Amino acid sequence: MNETLVVNGRRQRVSRLTRLLESEKALAGALLAPGVAILVIFIAYPFVMALWFSLTSIRVGDQGQFVGLANFTKAINDTIFQQAFKNTVFYTFWATIFKLALGMWLALLLNRHFRFKRIVRASMLLPFIIPTVLSAFAWRWMFDPTFSVMNWGLYHAGMITDRLPFLSDGDWAMWCAVAVNTWRGMPFFAITLLAGLQTISPDLHEAAALDGANAWNRFWHVTWPLLLPVTLVVVVFSVIQTFSDFQLIYVLTGGGPANSTHLIATYAYQIGVGSGLLGEGAALSLFMFPVLFAVVWVQLRSLRRMENA
Amino acid sequence: MLIERKWKKWVYFYLPMAVFIVFTLFPFYWMAVTAFRPDPELYATWRQPNAAPLWTLHPTLEHVKGLLQTTAFPTWLWNTMLIAIVSTIISLICGMFAGYALARLRFRGSEFLGTAIFITYLVPQTLLFIPLADIIRDMQLGNTPWALMLTYPTILIPFCTWLLMGYFKTIPKELEECARIDGATRFGAMVRIIFPVAIPGILSAGIFAFTLSWNEFIYALVFMASADQKTVPVGVVSELIRGDIFFWGQLMAGALLGSVPVALVYSFFVEYYVTGLTGSVKG
Repeated sequence: MNETLVVNGRRQRVSRLTRLLESEKALAGALLAPGVAILVIFIAYPFVMALWFSLTSIRVGDQGQFVGLANFTKAINDTIFQQAFKNTVFYTFWATIFKLALGMWLALLLNRHFRFKRIVRASMLLPFIIPTVLSAFAWRWMFDPTFSVMNWGLYHAGMITDRLPFLSDGDWAMWCAVAVNTWRGMPFFAITLLAGLQTISPDLHEAAALDGANAWNRFWHVTWPLLLPVTLVVVVFSVIQTFSDFQLIYVLTGGGPANSTHLIATYAYQIGVGSGLLGEGAALSLFMFPVLFAVVWVQLRSLRRMENA
Repeated sequence: MLIERKWKKWVYFYLPMAVFIVFTLFPFYWMAVTAFRPDPELYATWRQPNAAPLWTLHPTLEHVKGLLQTTAFPTWLWNTMLIAIVSTIISLICGMFAGYALARLRFRGSEFLGTAIFITYLVPQTLLFIPLADIIRDMQLGNTPWALMLTYPTILIPFCTWLLMGYFKTIPKELEECARIDGATRFGAMVRIIFPVAIPGILSAGIFAFTLSWNEFIYALVFMASADQKTVPVGVVSELIRGDIFFWGQLMAGALLGSVPVALVYSFFVEYYVTGLTGSVKG
C-alpha cells in the first residue's frame, strides 16, 4: 500500500517535470541554464570585477581602496606601457597582414589537385594544433644567440659573416615575434580560406579565363570578392587573438630585451601577478577592451549587413 | 581545364609549396632532432667548422629519461589529459543543450542570448585572469584541477554552442516531429533522435575543444602553483628552466612529448577537426 503510494508519488513528480519540459520556454531555460551559468560566473562576473579592481588600489593581501581613474592615468604616463601598447598594435597589424597574405597564398596552393594533398593539408595545420608554448620554445631555441641553427645555416650559405641578433635586439625581437605568430596563425587562415575557396564554382574561373583574364585578374575579380565574407570573419578572430596574445611573447622573449617586446597582456601579467598589484594589472588589461569591442562591433554589423544583403 | 606548362607549375606551385612545408614543419623537426641529441653535439657553437646541426649523429635517450624520471612530467601529462577531457565533456554537454535550444526552441530573448554567447567567445582570457584568480581563490578551487575544468569551458562553450546550433539547424525538423507523434517528449526526441544524428558535429566540436584545452596557458599558469598540479605547458615553462639555465635537450624532449598526444588525437580526426575549425568561425 505504502510502496504503491511512493511509486505513484514519484511517477506524478516525473510526469509533472516532463510536462513542464514540454513547454518550449521551460525547456529552453533548462537547456540553457548550465552553459549560461558557467559563462556568467567565469566571464561576466570576473569582467565586472576587473572593472571594479581597476578603480581600486587592491593588491595581493590588501583589499585597497577606491582610487578613481588613478590606475589608468598612471598607465597612460608609464613609458613601458606606452611601448607595450605600441608593440601590441604593431604585432597585431603586421602579423595579421602576413597571416592573411601567406594564408591566402597557401589556401590557393592547397586548392589545387596534387599527390599527397590530404597529408600535406593535415600537416600544415600542425603549428595551430601543437601547444603554442611548446612550439615557441622550439623557436626560441632556433633563435638562440650561441647555438642558433638559422645563424649556422645563413653563415654556411655565405649570406652572413656575423650572427644575427634575433632575440637580443629589441627591433629584431619584435619582428621575430611577428614571424612566429605568423607561423602559428597562418594555417588557421589557410584552412578556413580553403574551405571558402572550395565553395567557389570552377566554372566562374573558366568563364573568366575564356574572357582572357590572367591568373591575377581571376583572383582579384572573382576569388577575392567571393571570399570577402569569410576573410573578414577570419581576420576579426585573428585580430582578437593576436591583440590579446600572451603565451608566445611570454616564452619567446618574456617582454625583453629591456621591456622592448612587452604586449599589453604580458605587461599586465608582470604588474598584476609578478608584482601583485591587482588593481593596476586589471586596469592595464582593460586597455585591450575598447579595441576588442570596436572589432567585434564592426564584425557584428558587417555580418548583419551581409545577411540582409 | 587550364593547361599549364611544366616549368610554370614548378615555379608557381612546387617551389612555393616546398617553402611552405619547410617553414611549417622545420620547428617540429628541430624539436625532435634536439630532443635526442647528446649535450656535446647540442652545444656546438654555430660557427664551429665540424658542427652539423641538421642531423643528430649519436642519438640518445638521456633527455627523455631525465624528463620522465627526475621531473614531474608524467604527472603533468596526466593532469593535462584529464583536464582537457573533463572540460571538453562539460563544454559539449552545455553546448549541445544550449545549441539545441537556440536552434529549435522559440522563446523570448533567444536572439539576444545567441549574440551574447557569441560575444563571450570573443572575450580573451588575458582580460579576465587577474580577477578570475581571486574568484578561484574565494571558491577554494586554487591549485585543484577543478579550477581549470570549470574555467576552460568558458573558452569552449561559446563555439561548441555556435557550431552545434548550426549543425542542428541542418537536421530536418520532420525527424523530431515523427518522434513526437510516436509519443516522445521534446527532451526525449532531442536526446534520442537529434543528438545521435548530430554525432559528426559533436565530434568536430569535441576535437576542437580538446586541442584548445591542451593549448591553454595563462589560466593554468596563474591558477596552478604546486608542481604536481601543473599542466604540460606550464610545467615545461616553470620547472624545466632552473635559474637562468635552459636545458635545451630536456626542454625539447618535453615539448615533443607534450605535443605527441594532441597531435595523435588530431591525426585520427583531421576531417572532423577541419570541420570544427572552419565551422567555428562561421557564426
